[in-house]
Amino acid sequence: MNLTRRHLLLLLPAAGAAWKYVLAGTPEIAPNYKLTEHWWSMLIDLTKCIGCGNCVRACQTENDVPDGYFRTWVERYHVTDYDIENPQVDSPDGGKKGFPPAKDASGKNFFVPKLCNHCADSPCTQVCPVGATFISPDGAVLIDKTYCLGCRYCVQACPYGCRFINPRTDTAEKCTLCYHRITKGLTTACCENCPTGARQLADLKNPKDPIHEFLKTHSVQVLKPYMATHAKVYYNGLDGSVR
Amino acid sequence: MSAFRDAGHLFRLAGVFAAGVLLFLVLRSFLVPKSFGEYGHYRGNALAEIAARPVNFAGHETCETCHADVLEKKKDGKHAHVNCEACHGPLAKHADDPSSVTPAKLDTAVLCVRCHEANAAKPKSFPQVVSADHSNGLPCDTCHQPHSPAISAEAAK
Repeated sequence: MNLTRRHLLLLLPAAGAAWKYVLAGTPEIAPNYKLTEHWWSMLIDLTKCIGCGNCVRACQTENDVPDGYFRTWVERYHVTDYDIENPQVDSPDGGKKGFPPAKDASGKNFFVPKLCNHCADSPCTQVCPVGATFISPDGAVLIDKTYCLGCRYCVQACPYGCRFINPRTDTAEKCTLCYHRITKGLTTACCENCPTGARQLADLKNPKDPIHEFLKTHSVQVLKPYMATHAKVYYNGLDGSVR
Repeated sequence: MSAFRDAGHLFRLAGVFAAGVLLFLVLRSFLVPKSFGEYGHYRGNALAEIAARPVNFAGHETCETCHADVLEKKKDGKHAHVNCEACHGPLAKHADDPSSVTPAKLDTAVLCVRCHEANAAKPKSFPQVVSADHSNGLPCDTCHQPHSPAISAEAAK
């Protein structure tokens, strides 16, 4: 096609209108939701986890996570004779289909569900060169996929291995703490579907949230505290062997 | 003032530089989305876009608004705190349009063992069975009603 100056000039208003739409975006998050009134976290009670994989399946359904990739997954630990430096860990298909019987029932065996720790001082957001990932004012670490270049800096920076590149979009992806649910007053898909209540969404800014009482009365730990990430996924009954 | 005698080219250079800066500022004000920097070094509208994703799991409160009878059945049983969709699957579409979207019939043979098949890594206090030995291949709901699974004295006769 011969693109003349006249044609190009005719296209300008349309392009202008399109660009205005891009700039405007969608303004309101959800009615009655105040960003500054929440500080989200999660409580995982390992003494209750049965490794059924309901959380993994629910997450994949809710968030359309591609097969073979995980925003949350469950690991099974096997520790023999106090050798906490060398645990044997397996997680067949992320624990999505449950776990086969343990090869060795002796020693210590337990499940550890994992997900993004929504760190208050997250290494993954610090390394993003384009401002595509950020900590929201209510404490969720999120990705703006329209800004993400897919450079993979954040995937390497996360000490917990919680990020991956979605092969469909070629952009970084991770747990959003079901941001589309918690802003509507629902709990996350994984917490909603946990049959034993091992996973619980918690709002640290809500004084009525049962997490405050729980944190006061239990020995609670986060993963890799020495990384100083100020992780907000709290584990009750966390064994020293967990990496 | 001999030092500035041949400075004309410097002024021209400064002019070009100033024009460049001006062009950059003008383009920047057009190209950077309005919501960038609203909350921090990112596009503020991204929050609303992420929050706009549709919900698949309706949540047990939604289920209970219609299915109060099931809630009544569950409330004293061991499964009182197992939410509906943990077994029945994602049913937000059913909640939006109950007449045309109906939940699939569940297979207890598959469903129950997901949680209750014995595994050394499960907490000892959690009820577990080796399904092959436990029921001789009978489906679980021959004896146990999933909404309140304890076998009552009457049913055991």
